[in-house]
Amino acid sequence: MSKTTRRVLPGFGLTMGYTLAYLGLIALIPLSTILLKTAGMGWERFWHVVLSPRVIAAYKLSVGASLVAATINSIFGFIVAWALSRYEFLGKGVADALVDLPFALPTSVAGITLTSIYAQNGIIGRLFAPLGIKIAFAPLGVIVALTFIGLPFVVRTVQPVLQELEAELEEAAATLGASRMQTFRRVIGPALMPALITGFALAFARALGEYGSVVFISGNMPMHTEVVPLLIMTRLEEFDYQGATAIALVMLALSFTMLFMINLLQRWSASRHAAG
Amino acid sequence: MPPVEREARRSGHAANRSMPVAGARVNLRRATEDPAWARWLIIGLAMGFLGIFLFLPLGSVFAEALNKGVGLYFAAITKPEARNAIKLTLLTAAIAVPLNLIFGLAASWAITRFEFRGKNLLTTLIDLPFAVSPVIAGMIYVLVFGAQGWFGGWLTDHDIRIIFAVPGIVLATTFVTFPFVARELIPVMEATGADEELAAITLGANGWQTFFRITLPKVKWGLLYGVIICNARAMGEFGAVSVVSGHIRGLTNTMPLYVEILYNDYDFTASFAVASLLTSLALVTLVVKRLLGGKIANTRLPSGSGDGIEREAA
Repeated sequence: MSKTTRRVLPGFGLTMGYTLAYLGLIALIPLSTILLKTAGMGWERFWHVVLSPRVIAAYKLSVGASLVAATINSIFGFIVAWALSRYEFLGKGVADALVDLPFALPTSVAGITLTSIYAQNGIIGRLFAPLGIKIAFAPLGVIVALTFIGLPFVVRTVQPVLQELEAELEEAAATLGASRMQTFRRVIGPALMPALITGFALAFARALGEYGSVVFISGNMPMHTEVVPLLIMTRLEEFDYQGATAIALVMLALSFTMLFMINLLQRWSASRHAAG
Repeated sequence: MPPVEREARRSGHAANRSMPVAGARVNLRRATEDPAWARWLIIGLAMGFLGIFLFLPLGSVFAEALNKGVGLYFAAITKPEARNAIKLTLLTAAIAVPLNLIFGLAASWAITRFEFRGKNLLTTLIDLPFAVSPVIAGMIYVLVFGAQGWFGGWLTDHDIRIIFAVPGIVLATTFVTFPFVARELIPVMEATGADEELAAITLGANGWQTFFRITLPKVKWGLLYGVIICNARAMGEFGAVSVVSGHIRGLTNTMPLYVEILYNDYDFTASFAVASLLTSLALVTLVVKRLLGGKIANTRLPSGSGDGIEREAA
């Protein structure tokens, strides 16, 4: 079929050429500047920049807060996906549609809104202020913002799996004498795992690079609430392009590893799906 | 999940016992259902989480925007600076979206209609912007076109401004949004298959005729879906645009950037007023997306039944 297609359908040269040219001009050539710029600075200076205390602190905060946010999203994303795909309740349609809001909402809007809610005089911040807990302008605020922007990922990867899985398999498990818990652990769980891990990884990858929503709520104190994208921004504003690219390169390496792992995971789960 | 599991076990056993009875279907359903209290707990947790993280922020954008009255709200969004920001946002989307639409069509045609080596790599490359922080996306254009960049000297000599000007904003936006049309279109074009295109070609249609009369009508909803999402992201991009804009007031501010400027000036009401426009755009996007979702699901049905439903729906 595919061989016939290649011979009969026209446009391979045109579409492929255009695709590659566009990718090259818009993405690959500009991205290669990062490598070239860092290559020009030499190892010693590269490590000096990348391992400086302020940069290390930013990496720790970015990775740590992203992990916490992705974990929160995995737990609640699973619960939301389960509720949306299994139960009928008032407001379900609205809730289902609004899950994608963090995708569609500009990050600066998310940033100012979350800050106003979690600041010490905000609706939620007010509740925590008497307890001595500061959310906005503290590392907790970074976690809140990253949770918000990562919210759709786990829901949207787990939900279709739950929907596809519905009746038959679980009925079969029940018919064969499995308890609900056994069904959950042995039938639903394994089918869900790849989607859950993919969702976690996507939410983590997104959180790692997030800038817009975090700058407003974090307070941007160096060594304390400064995330990596903000640090890159600061270096750019100081016209320290080499410093910015060095930090960005480490960040990109991390992101690409994540993207690669997500791809492997999706291929692995697809093959499991096909086999099962 | 332990409480769910524990309770589920109980209900599962109850149902298993009544399994072989005549009305088995009803009992089987029950065996795969969670008990009422677990259901309400899960719904409560889900809605509580969404309430705090989605509904509350959504409501508070509009509340903050309108809390000094409708007069101030309209004054804020009709100021010349606001109008310039709106114009620049529309202009940026008007350039970036069509560019990415054409790219999406070309890429999905190449990927779904032909076999070639490196297809997986190409598909992964299309996802590239998802792995790149918006700040890095903006930065790479500064490295290419900025004063210290590759073409910096040449551009300065010819008095062409890309960075800290409109072209930079358009470029950065295009980079951040280029996957969206392609990503939505590839699965739809894969699902519809190439049989009808092959038939058209065999019957003597040329490539463009086949594309405009066969392919395009078949994938139109998927295409529109991709365009809507691409547009929402193009109008809402903040990080990448923030790096390349230079924040020249009234000149290089898109709406998301203008929101930041107003906020940093402590003009919160105006900031939220502009933010509410962007939020409304996001809401419209979600509604359209939902409406289109159903139509795309119809397209993806096996061609026989899918066509009937499509025609009915149209």
